[in-house]
Amino acid sequence: MQDYQSSLSDPSSRKFETFSYLPEMSPEEIRKQIEYIVSKGWNPGIEHTEPENAGGHYWYMWKLPMFGETDVDAILKEVEACHQAHPNNHVRLLGFDNFAQSAGAAMVIYRGKTV
Amino acid sequence: MAKTYDAGVKEYRETYWMPDYTPKETDILACFKVTPQDGVPREEVAAAVAAESSTGTWTTVWTDLLTDLDYYKGRAYAIEDVPGDDTCFYAFVAYPIDLFEEGSVVNVMTSLVGNVFGFKALRALRLEDIRFPLAYVMTCNGPPQGIQVERDILNKYGRPLLGCTIKPKLGLSAKNYGRACYEGLRGGLDFTKDDENVNSQPFMRWRHRFDFVMEAIQKAEAETGERKGHYLNVTAPTSDEMMKRAEYAKEIGAPIIMHDYITGGWSANTQLAQWCQDNGMLLHIHRAMHAVLDRNPHHGIHFRVLAKILRLSGGDHLHSGTVVGKLEGDREATLGWIDIMRDSYIKEDRSRGIFFDQDWGAMPGVLPVASGGIHVWHMPALVNIFGDDSVLQFGGGTLGHPWGNAAGAAANRVAVEACVKARNEGRELEKEGKDILTAAAKHSPELAAAMETWKEIKFEFDTVDKLDVSHK
Repeated sequence: MQDYQSSLSDPSSRKFETFSYLPEMSPEEIRKQIEYIVSKGWNPGIEHTEPENAGGHYWYMWKLPMFGETDVDAILKEVEACHQAHPNNHVRLLGFDNFAQSAGAAMVIYRGKTV
Repeated sequence: MAKTYDAGVKEYRETYWMPDYTPKETDILACFKVTPQDGVPREEVAAAVAAESSTGTWTTVWTDLLTDLDYYKGRAYAIEDVPGDDTCFYAFVAYPIDLFEEGSVVNVMTSLVGNVFGFKALRALRLEDIRFPLAYVMTCNGPPQGIQVERDILNKYGRPLLGCTIKPKLGLSAKNYGRACYEGLRGGLDFTKDDENVNSQPFMRWRHRFDFVMEAIQKAEAETGERKGHYLNVTAPTSDEMMKRAEYAKEIGAPIIMHDYITGGWSANTQLAQWCQDNGMLLHIHRAMHAVLDRNPHHGIHFRVLAKILRLSGGDHLHSGTVVGKLEGDREATLGWIDIMRDSYIKEDRSRGIFFDQDWGAMPGVLPVASGGIHVWHMPALVNIFGDDSVLQFGGGTLGHPWGNAAGAAANRVAVEACVKARNEGRELEKEGKDILTAAAKHSPELAAAMETWKEIKFEFDTVDKLDVSHK
């Protein structure tokens, strides 16, 4: 039997929704998720935040959602640019489904240091 | 020309069998599966069903002539064979919309499944489907929040939500119960749930439960940084008492409450759903007693009708069967009614048991809840069958983990995320499920232990209520 490792005082207990219980994704895995968003016809978007402010609904938008963008490399480049500019922040990739008025996908792909 | 009064008993088919009638856009349409007594002609029985579920009684009365009965009557307009079953047939009945009070599923069902179900000329009767015209849908309040709003409130996107019903169903004290909730939530669940028969018994009064569970939610949220909830069951002996419990849940900041819409009653349910909409509260709906009504293939009310009733009356979640777990549920039929719960327009599709087109307009959808005898090995099939817009609920499959609830919760959370990630990568979940879970378990000892615990469990019994097809 193992003890479940999680506590208020241990910042690594902090999660950030979809895929945060899996290991951080490799560049190849990130590419596949972007391909999925594009294949669904969703609009890719990037958001980021300081980990200490991750609790709210609104993170900082990185530029505007990439409406109509289907070039996976172009999307990857923006994700990396956001990460370079904010290396300590969580960077979240979204796929906006304008018909459902919801995000069809949302996942943190660069993880900041949780607090 | 005015009619004359002619006392006595008339054959129903003279008045209520109208094979040339073209249903109007605004008619409420119903499909009944009728098993007649021997020797009674189909048209007469179909007409009798139309009559007894609308304006008719067994004899002519003089007051019939004071109204425009030809306008108000239900019309049996078609008869069809039931594939693979000679004992019964389908009868289609159209009802003019003003037979029913606006916004009242209570009134609609009092007519459609009222006296007629005890009618002597019938051996059995089953309401298979209802088409609610958009004109009627627009008079109903519907789900308090709907799927998109729930995702926004809870900040959860791109995956099914995860729940767990707390066990044992009965007998825990409020403090111990809150402990079971806390452990599940801190391990990665989105929701824990009161079991349906947890109301306010002597061993755990509702108010103590609400207080302890709320502390569990708040601590798990602080610990994980994610939003959490517990379906606080407000089902109560009176609707006043139900509302008192709902108000208290809101006062302490609970995001979601729960109601049993069949045993609690549709009137109470509609009242609660409207209150939830006014108060920003999510509403989880349990369906105790449904199998009494919907399991017999020849008599009762099909679940797709009960699902439509709930969407009109109001609820954000509804238990819908699992296909793969311990409880009854045919796969194609289940896919049919989860579309009925979630989509805005559903086409007639007999291969999934859907008899009518159904237009919901802008009425929000209901999240189907898969619950009952499911565990991590079912996860690939569940994600494939239900998709992202669902709640997957593992009771024993969380609490029965050898290391406890938190580990059980983490195992399910890792499994669901691994399946969603693999699906997004284009992998076939039901074929590659074992590989996907095995790979994920390399990073999660909790998942590895869960897979070992439940590797032998299967529920392979045949479904009792199958779709009507020629070769069963």
